[in-house]
Amino acid sequence: MKTASLIRIVALASSMLVAATVANAKSLVYCSEGSPENFSPSINTTGTSLDAARPVYNKLVQFEPGGTSVNPALAESYEVSEDGKTLTFHLRKGVKFHSGVNGFTPTRDFNADDVIWSFERMWKAEHPYAKVSGGSYDYFNDMGMPDLLEAITKTDDNTVVMKLTAPNAPILANLAMDFATIHSAEYAKFLMDKGTPEQFDQIPVGTGSFSFVDYQKDAVIRFKAFDGWAGKPKVDDLIFAITPDATARYAKLKANECQIMIAPNPADLAAMGQDPDINLMSQAGLNIGYLAMNAQKPPFDKPEVRKAIAMAIDRDAILKEVYQGAGQKAKNPIPPTMWSYDESTVDHEYNPDKAKEALKAAGVENLATDLWWMPVQRPYNPNAQRMAEMMQADLAKVGITATLVSYEWGEYRKRMQAGEHQMGLLGWTGDNGDPDNFLAVLLGCNKEGVPNANNIPKWCDAKFQEDITKAVQITDITERTKLYQDAQKIVAAQVPWLNIAHSTVFEPTRKSVSGYKISPFGAHEFQDVDVAE
Amino acid sequence: MLRFLIKRLALTVPTFLALMFVTFMMIRLVPGDPIEVRRGERGISPERLEQLRHEMGLDQPIWQQFLDYANGLIHGDFGVSIVSKTPILQEFLTLFPATIELTFFAMLIATAIGVPAGMMAAVKRGSVYDQTLMGVALTGYSMPIFWWGLILILVMSNTLHLTPVSGRVDLIKYFYPPVTGFALIDSLLSGQKGAFLDALHHLILPSIVLGTVPMAVIARMTRSSMLEVLEEDYVRTARAKGLSARRVIGLHALRNALIPVITSIGLQVGTLLAGAVLTETIFSWPGVGKWLIESISRRDYPALQGGIMLIAACVILVNLLVDLMYGLINPRIRHAK
Repeated sequence: MKTASLIRIVALASSMLVAATVANAKSLVYCSEGSPENFSPSINTTGTSLDAARPVYNKLVQFEPGGTSVNPALAESYEVSEDGKTLTFHLRKGVKFHSGVNGFTPTRDFNADDVIWSFERMWKAEHPYAKVSGGSYDYFNDMGMPDLLEAITKTDDNTVVMKLTAPNAPILANLAMDFATIHSAEYAKFLMDKGTPEQFDQIPVGTGSFSFVDYQKDAVIRFKAFDGWAGKPKVDDLIFAITPDATARYAKLKANECQIMIAPNPADLAAMGQDPDINLMSQAGLNIGYLAMNAQKPPFDKPEVRKAIAMAIDRDAILKEVYQGAGQKAKNPIPPTMWSYDESTVDHEYNPDKAKEALKAAGVENLATDLWWMPVQRPYNPNAQRMAEMMQADLAKVGITATLVSYEWGEYRKRMQAGEHQMGLLGWTGDNGDPDNFLAVLLGCNKEGVPNANNIPKWCDAKFQEDITKAVQITDITERTKLYQDAQKIVAAQVPWLNIAHSTVFEPTRKSVSGYKISPFGAHEFQDVDVAE
Repeated sequence: MLRFLIKRLALTVPTFLALMFVTFMMIRLVPGDPIEVRRGERGISPERLEQLRHEMGLDQPIWQQFLDYANGLIHGDFGVSIVSKTPILQEFLTLFPATIELTFFAMLIATAIGVPAGMMAAVKRGSVYDQTLMGVALTGYSMPIFWWGLILILVMSNTLHLTPVSGRVDLIKYFYPPVTGFALIDSLLSGQKGAFLDALHHLILPSIVLGTVPMAVIARMTRSSMLEVLEEDYVRTARAKGLSARRVIGLHALRNALIPVITSIGLQVGTLLAGAVLTETIFSWPGVGKWLIESISRRDYPALQGGIMLIAACVILVNLLVDLMYGLINPRIRHAK
């Protein structure tokens, strides 16, 4: 039976139940911006798809709502061995999977087999579901999990042991990411036996606070509250109203057709802030926008030249014009919401005269350079072209002629990773709230002193590398903090890039909504949300 | 008539072939690789990129890709979406009823208002009514749909609270699965009280927005055509015979004046489907227009190719029907050798 027809039957059955109770049910409508590709976080990378699947699932550990701390979830406790290479997870007992979805009735509770199944699907090519739905596990691979994991085994039905190839402190944060979602191995077998494994990623079953009811393509996704291990959510029905246009989303919020919305237009923020029915929540994004200077291309190999350029750029003007107030000036490569953020860093002042003198002292005169800008809007940079134009004008004041360069996004990224640029704009949004996810990914080098692919400034520093390599291998948070703060001091001194801004994330909700928190990761979570009638 | 039909059908074959080629090539002229464009800052390793390109057949020479695509199309295989991994035809058929429903009602409004308005403007030629009407028609024709839709939402939904903002149904009050894909029919089938009226209520604003441009065109066409017909001898004869103004205009003049208007209605279908792209986006209407817009940004080649071909097929079909209807209405065409 085709998936679409099956979804209709499931929905018809569900609708009869829902229609009978809809008059008395408390519903929460979230205006999302796009359609999910499927409902399986293991094979997704887009925020839209991850948001749509998240209500149904849990992970072994999860980020605290609105924060980056890792809390127990399906694992009620865990230990890390002294050598940092063995993690033992003690699973929560009595956790139920959703029942009645797609004709599936679980015969057992969640256990270690589900954990092993979920990870091995992404890891082992011979797994029966490895190739289902395209078999692409990009996030699992991008986070380096195949290299990190040595083995995942169970000692009993409620204990899972993960052996790592090397100690890795951020592994727990990795396991709180969406790709590490725990699926039902029993549901997978049920579908495989029926001959319809492709439904696994389209009609999801999990342990999450909401169970899947229906998806009408490009229109609406429906979930209903599930009284599971985390307790029953305060709303009975969760509805995603897919609304691509930001102005239309705002109109729906005003009309109370939805109670929470994503991605408001910057131009609407002022009005939202004044609206008596709307609560405009905001938080610094877990991101950084920067201007990289290629340390492999003279004169950008000289720290004094890079510092001089940093002084030449008026970031306050950029914040006003490009970010329109939706950002804060950055002084470190990691955002202030991240632990180990170094408050003591002294930011560069904007001083074109000093910059000019510094360039002269460094022997740089009449410098001609390129300045790359990306052609797409990114969370950390709403208008790279405008930003580049402003920087071009600032650089001209100190005698530097910058030629603006751009390529289509995929090409741009590829060429910058190859180091074709002299100066260029880029940025990063954090994956797991760990400083390693910023510092090592964006400024790290390998043992041979070759910059990582995402090290756009192509800068390597032995002491910096020593700090971050050590920090990733120890679990003591105090020690790690010291190392990362030292690393930030090195970055501040060497200026491989100019920190521009961390953008501010705005999320408007109706004032009738309570319990909603902005996730630093851009996730939208509803298990703790209530709506006043 | 049969010969006419066969001749017209035969002409659609080269049209389709040309469209197949042009669509295939134009999509590939848009910069951006369908795999790389969907990646974030991390990008993708060259090995993984090569592997995915191979799986999708993108590493084949362009001419080979085209032949594979054409071969599939001839056998009714429109391919599989790169994004959702769902057959294109299945996705299209799921979404198309929403677009049909919207375009049908848009055309209904456009015709129901445009024809009488154009007719009256012609009868009262030169009057304030005529000038006002044509001014409004020109404005309607010139207005950007996106802007018009958002203005109507602001006024009708947010300020006057007369219509819902967007979507096809009140998501909190009603839940019924899409049996036919037409919200009006599905709402009736659901048996839920008030569901039909709710679906109709949701249809009003997007239909008005989408129907505005065709309404303006139809009004102007009707006026021009009526003016021509009203000068004809047979109309003068009818008046001289003492027939009432209503009979002269409504029966003798309008029937003949509508002939070119019907042709233009067929042409408007293409405009409506193009306009539906924007209207569906503003009003979160889950039709093929919105689907195609998303496919462009995702570089979903199969969805774009298949979707455009299927929509083109519909436009060609509608125009064929209009030509047939034209032949039926106009005896001169019907009896032409």
